[in-house]
Amino acid sequence: MKLAYWMYAGPAHIGTLRITSSFKNVHAIMHAPLGDDYYNVLQSMLERKRNFTPVTASVVDRHVLSRGSQEKVIENIGRKDKEENPDLIVLTPTCTSSILQEDLQNFVNRASQDTQADILLADVNHYRVNELQAADRTLEQIIKFYIEKSKKEKTLLTEKTTQPSVNIIGPCSLSFHVHHDLMELKRLLKDLGIIVNLVLPQDALVTDIKKLPQAWFNIVPYREVGLLGAEYLKTFYDMPFIDISPIGIEDTAKFIRNIQNLLNQKGYKVDFENYIDVQTRFVSQAAWFSRSIDCQNLVGKTAVVFGDATHAAALTRILAKELGINVVLAGTYCKHQKDWFINQVQSYCKDTLITDDHTLVADMISKIEPCAIFGTQMERHIGKRLNIPCGVISAPVHIQNFPLGYKPFVGYEGTNQIADLIYNSFTLGMEDHLLEIFGGHDTKSVEVSSISTEIEWDTNAISELKKIPGFVRGKIKRNVEKFAKINNINKISLEVMYACKENGNV
Amino acid sequence: MSIDLKTTSITFECETGNYHTFCPISCVAWLYQKIEDSFFLVIGTKTCGYFLQNALGVMIFAEPRYAMAELEEADISAQLNDYAELKRLCSLIKKDRNPSVIFWIGTCTTEIIKMDLEGIAPKLEKELGIPIIVARANGLDYAFTQGEDTVLAALANSFGLSETNKNSRNSSNLILFGSVPNTVAYELTSELNSFDVQVTGWLPSKRFADFPTLNEKDFVCGVNPYLSRTATTLMRRRKCKLISAPFPIGPDGTKAWIEKICSVYNKPTFGLKEREDKIWKKLEVYTKELKNKSVFFMGDNLLEICLARFLIRCGMVVFEIGIPYMDKRYQAGELELLEKTCEQMGVFLPIIVEKPDNYNQIARIKDLQPDIVITGMAHANPLEALGTNTKWSVEFTFSQIHGFTNAKTILELISNPLRRTNIHKKNFY
Repeated sequence: MKLAYWMYAGPAHIGTLRITSSFKNVHAIMHAPLGDDYYNVLQSMLERKRNFTPVTASVVDRHVLSRGSQEKVIENIGRKDKEENPDLIVLTPTCTSSILQEDLQNFVNRASQDTQADILLADVNHYRVNELQAADRTLEQIIKFYIEKSKKEKTLLTEKTTQPSVNIIGPCSLSFHVHHDLMELKRLLKDLGIIVNLVLPQDALVTDIKKLPQAWFNIVPYREVGLLGAEYLKTFYDMPFIDISPIGIEDTAKFIRNIQNLLNQKGYKVDFENYIDVQTRFVSQAAWFSRSIDCQNLVGKTAVVFGDATHAAALTRILAKELGINVVLAGTYCKHQKDWFINQVQSYCKDTLITDDHTLVADMISKIEPCAIFGTQMERHIGKRLNIPCGVISAPVHIQNFPLGYKPFVGYEGTNQIADLIYNSFTLGMEDHLLEIFGGHDTKSVEVSSISTEIEWDTNAISELKKIPGFVRGKIKRNVEKFAKINNINKISLEVMYACKENGNV
Repeated sequence: MSIDLKTTSITFECETGNYHTFCPISCVAWLYQKIEDSFFLVIGTKTCGYFLQNALGVMIFAEPRYAMAELEEADISAQLNDYAELKRLCSLIKKDRNPSVIFWIGTCTTEIIKMDLEGIAPKLEKELGIPIIVARANGLDYAFTQGEDTVLAALANSFGLSETNKNSRNSSNLILFGSVPNTVAYELTSELNSFDVQVTGWLPSKRFADFPTLNEKDFVCGVNPYLSRTATTLMRRRKCKLISAPFPIGPDGTKAWIEKICSVYNKPTFGLKEREDKIWKKLEVYTKELKNKSVFFMGDNLLEICLARFLIRCGMVVFEIGIPYMDKRYQAGELELLEKTCEQMGVFLPIIVEKPDNYNQIARIKDLQPDIVITGMAHANPLEALGTNTKWSVEFTFSQIHGFTNAKTILELISNPLRRTNIHKKNFY
């Protein structure tokens, strides 16, 4: 057993659901007890989705415990097949089904005899993999299933497109700024004259997977999800892939040069150097910004970076190489990416930290006392407690990290967004610091004004008053006193407060 | 589904139970705040932890007095000893937080692997010198607010159990049960005091040490509609007498609740009717607006019957009352008041759908086009996108809704979405 208050990566089934609900016309059936369909809330609240989340539960209750869930699961699969007419139904195991050890694969086989839809059992083990690993695996599983299926049906399209083209593998629901990243990535590829053959799984149809091998190569923009799929396609269909995340000026250039090399190797001669130069100098403001006078003030400032492997590594390099900031500690909670992460950042930071224990991260931050933190929502709260500003750069995130405005992290517009984020975090810190030196904000300790001094408050009433949130306390205090005055009461007790409330005066 | 206007008694239906609700472990969110010297340890998996941290939002960052005992593969396969593991964690909690009581919340996983929490607790209690109370608030058996029921039932079962309690044969103490914010408890207590009925204690109270002693023949009365196990435990195990009343939600419910309790104590309720009328008068701003508007309860927190009854009294029309679980005996007073209210207002009796099926419900909502749907967060945005007004049902659980003065809060919650729609009717682009 582990005493845990908070976790960075969710349970495995969340990863599977993030993949299935990213596809169009794919339905997931969770084998889970009542209340485990919280994923639907996340999707509908965080992403503000307008459609009903295509996830239903085949509820495990007492009845199921005694009789087994075979009938129920098969019935639920059949029902969804008729109601929603999906292309694919993914039966998703949870921690509960892991320990029930029912033969879910057998249910899937049975059910698929009578359904129009294809049925798959997500091959993830709750106790072995986390959300991100499960997402990666499920995506690979679906790709493999449909490639093999169409191969058998002889519908697999293997002939390459005439124009250079790519598949983007990995972007899925509830990823950090994923919709904006995808838009920016498509724009970048269009500039380079490359056609996007398929994006998987975001908004894709599983029936299109047969087109995957038509692309010249694959792009995996995030380390966490997509690599397994890309590796499968490389092994069996000889499709090369690029796993550099185009985050920051340098990595974006590296990403583009990799594409250039790939195309040149295939005999398609291109030269993107001029494009990189123009974009870097004029479209992205980040290169100029790092030379501007503002950034002089940032040189040597300390920072701590923590997040998923992709974003934490990218931010560490941007801070250290592009802005001259002293990254004292860079870390990730993606323990399974440990070697890759350390290799990526070790020359750009003093220390690395691989952990999924947020209290350890908090301890390190309070020991280091950096000028700014770049992390997840948890680090933001750690920062709040320690009075250190924090820029959020990675999941897990809150609703405010699903912004309405265009805020990509990748590509050249991404560099602008990141520069703003970094700069704003540091200036806020500076401003606060200056305010402290010069006596602070003058609004901090304003007394709530009374109507008169004749009216007394007894201790109970005062303690009740203190519980009322600060921003309305003054108003309520004045109203109660007014009420007391009208009723000729000169000592305010709890009863008086309630009488006032009841009369609608509060 | 057709609506028969001539229905004279309530129709109960039961669907597939395929509905969205919160896991009952969510009760730790409000119970740890209510019982100030407690610590809640949820013994479960990452799934439980993920739900809690997301459902509780910012609360999680405020160093809450609850944590997960996260079960790992070695726990599941019994390679580790449950007793030793729990002892290790609870010693740590005792050292760091020093609570007066630790609640163990059993989950689906502890049920399935049959972890003997009730057996381990008394042993550890002795060793650590701290009370441990076990509640099985799992998704196999319960929905959302029923979590509180399992915790309070466990408390009722174990608290103040001593020989001395059995002496007072003719006790007429009154103990109210149900977790409400302290201000609400104060308000309800003083309402009863004003009619010369004394409240001996609340289950739960602010601190563990303040919990009332339960004697045989004490009167008990619930303030929340989802506490049927607690009621049963109080009656059967502690031999208390249950006052079956409607719940003090809405001025009508509050009046009926007070009336019923006073009648047990033979206390007259002079001026109560006038109190109620005065509150209704104050609510007219809302009731005028809500009159003849229709409501559909998808059902997820068991507050549905009393809310529907109050809204019908406000002049609204209720199409369907979805509810996770319907205890007709514990809610008898409430159901009776619902029937009476429908008759009084001249509206048809709504259908009560137990264990609803959300998919079917959405089809009915599309047919009926209610003015407002009270639903969980999984369906709110998609329904809004279809042009249906919604109100998150969870807010009723987390707001102060009991007693005379809080009736306003309920109506504010209901009328906000309708008002917002009025704004949106005017094109602003």
